[in-house]
Amino acid sequence: MGRPTPLYFAARLSAHLGGAKIYLKREDLAHTGAHKINNAIGQALLAKKMGKSRVIAETGAGQHGVATATGAALTGLECEIYMGSVDVKRQALNVFRMKLLGAKVNEVNLGSKTLKDAINEALRDWTTNVRHTHYVMGTVFGPHPFPMLVRDFQSVIGSEAKKQVLKAEGRMPDCLIACVGGGSNAMGLFNEFIESDVKMVGVEAGGKGIESGEHAARFAGGSIGVLQGTKSYLLQDEDGNVLGTHSVSAGLDYASVGPEHAFFREAGRVCYTYATDEEALAAFDLLSKTEGIIPALESAHAVAEAVKLAPQMDKEKIIIVNLSGRGDKDVQQVAAIRGINLQ
Amino acid sequence: MKQTRISKTFSRLKASGKKAFIPYIMAGDPDIGRTRQYISLLEECGADIIELGVPFSDPLADGPTIQMAAERAVAAGVTLRKVISFVREVRTQTEIPLILMTYYNPVFKYGEEKFVSDAVDAGVDGVIIPDLPPDEAGRLIKLSRAAGLDTIFLIAPTSNDKRIKKVASASSGFLYYVSMTGITGTKLTLEASFLDHINKVKQASKAPVAVGFGVSTPDDARTIAGVADGVIVGSAIVKKLHEDPEGARDFIKHLREAVA
Ligand SMILES: Cc1ncc(COP(=O)(O)O)c(C=O)c1O
Repeated sequence: MGRPTPLYFAARLSAHLGGAKIYLKREDLAHTGAHKINNAIGQALLAKKMGKSRVIAETGAGQHGVATATGAALTGLECEIYMGSVDVKRQALNVFRMKLLGAKVNEVNLGSKTLKDAINEALRDWTTNVRHTHYVMGTVFGPHPFPMLVRDFQSVIGSEAKKQVLKAEGRMPDCLIACVGGGSNAMGLFNEFIESDVKMVGVEAGGKGIESGEHAARFAGGSIGVLQGTKSYLLQDEDGNVLGTHSVSAGLDYASVGPEHAFFREAGRVCYTYATDEEALAAFDLLSKTEGIIPALESAHAVAEAVKLAPQMDKEKIIIVNLSGRGDKDVQQVAAIRGINLQ
Repeated sequence: MKQTRISKTFSRLKASGKKAFIPYIMAGDPDIGRTRQYISLLEECGADIIELGVPFSDPLADGPTIQMAAERAVAAGVTLRKVISFVREVRTQTEIPLILMTYYNPVFKYGEEKFVSDAVDAGVDGVIIPDLPPDEAGRLIKLSRAAGLDTIFLIAPTSNDKRIKKVASASSGFLYYVSMTGITGTKLTLEASFLDHINKVKQASKAPVAVGFGVSTPDDARTIAGVADGVIVGSAIVKKLHEDPEGARDFIKHLREAVA
């Protein structure tokens, strides 16, 4: 899987922002290009051990679908992926990768046609085929024990990062930043540091801004609800119907968020904020040009928060940004946003 | 708890050696006015109990037929609040037992306490919440028992003895046996172990056991009526009412005859 992934000092980005030292936890360099593989391989092995012959998964950005298809190929399991049709379009590269890996990709044309609806369909499949199928939930969401299981598989991110920063700097970092879709990469980084006093920031998708109603900022714009077996913050109307969401990033475009994040927010342990599409796209450019690293649009939300925080901090301070994935999958979409046709 | 309309209905049927016919329709599909007519139609065709679906944005136990019905009802502006006031109005005209089948989030948002009290006050007799397992329903069960609202939980073919016991003790009115692993509207295919399993459930349950999911033809209904205390038909009726409302009366009557 390419672990441990490097903890990389982003010297030029740090100098450009003129404040804290920014380290990037390079999950983009893990096999298949995102942190999703940590969980997918774990659950594929678990499925095998439980004697299941088939795995299914939902995917938004396609990274979890690719990771699950990879785990299935590796362990010899049949694999089917559910993906909203909006996401199939904007993450076409990953759809083809899943197929190359031997998975069947089912396009979901229901509801908002994004991650939430893919999860609904995967749950329907699971109820039907539960005797021989394991559902590889891709984030710290869903019924127990998924939030715990996925967190534990992802916690390798934080335990590596802690060792690495202690080695590089001889001390704990001051601040951790991660984007939050369902919340698995963030939980993976944070878990090891929960007992410490390191500041932690989770960044949700602000879309076109909270006032616009077109976003996926569950903490800023939602209230407590129950969806897909989980009680957490939820974007919903006054009658309890789930609202449509928007984000430039398919992996963050989801109406609810992992329940442990809701707990950390209530407990005041983690601070949750958001970055808009525009801020994420600017950070996508900035990281590409200052460091030669094209980040996933999801991860660009975390970078956008570092852009805001670093200049306000002293030069000796240390920030770790979880670079949850690489941006190859988003290149086509970013080109389209800028009116460039790559075909 | 005093006898509810649901348990009275089952007692009456049992005394005459009959099985309950329990059709399901989606409230507000395509609008509330039509739902009023459909309730009369179901009653005329011999329904013993009616399940009223409450539209929800994410009906994850449902297949395409009920998903689309929910979408139409949501589009018509029908909400849990409106379904409850609709029942209040219907209750002035009929004594037929009415059960709300709703997902949990609308109930959670409404407030469990207020939901139970408003529902009972309006004349709702029972509630089925497919995404609320008994393990998480302690408070709702307690409130419902006190108010005289039946709580009907689901048993699956995969439920083991421990689970059967738990679901049976959480349920009142009847127990909902899901015919197969899967979602609503799937073609009925009973596993070889079906008879043994449902008999085990019937032994464990003080309340009657009704079977639903996948029952779509009079033949299916006859098969199920042979083993269960009640037969629930959802998608097939929702589909008929949507696609061929004229033919619905005959179709429902045939189902009724097959259950008797
Ligand atoms: C690169 C990347 N980062 C982040 C996410 C968001 O998921 P989570 O919040 O579970 O880490 C995704 C999801 O698809 C992703 O592909």
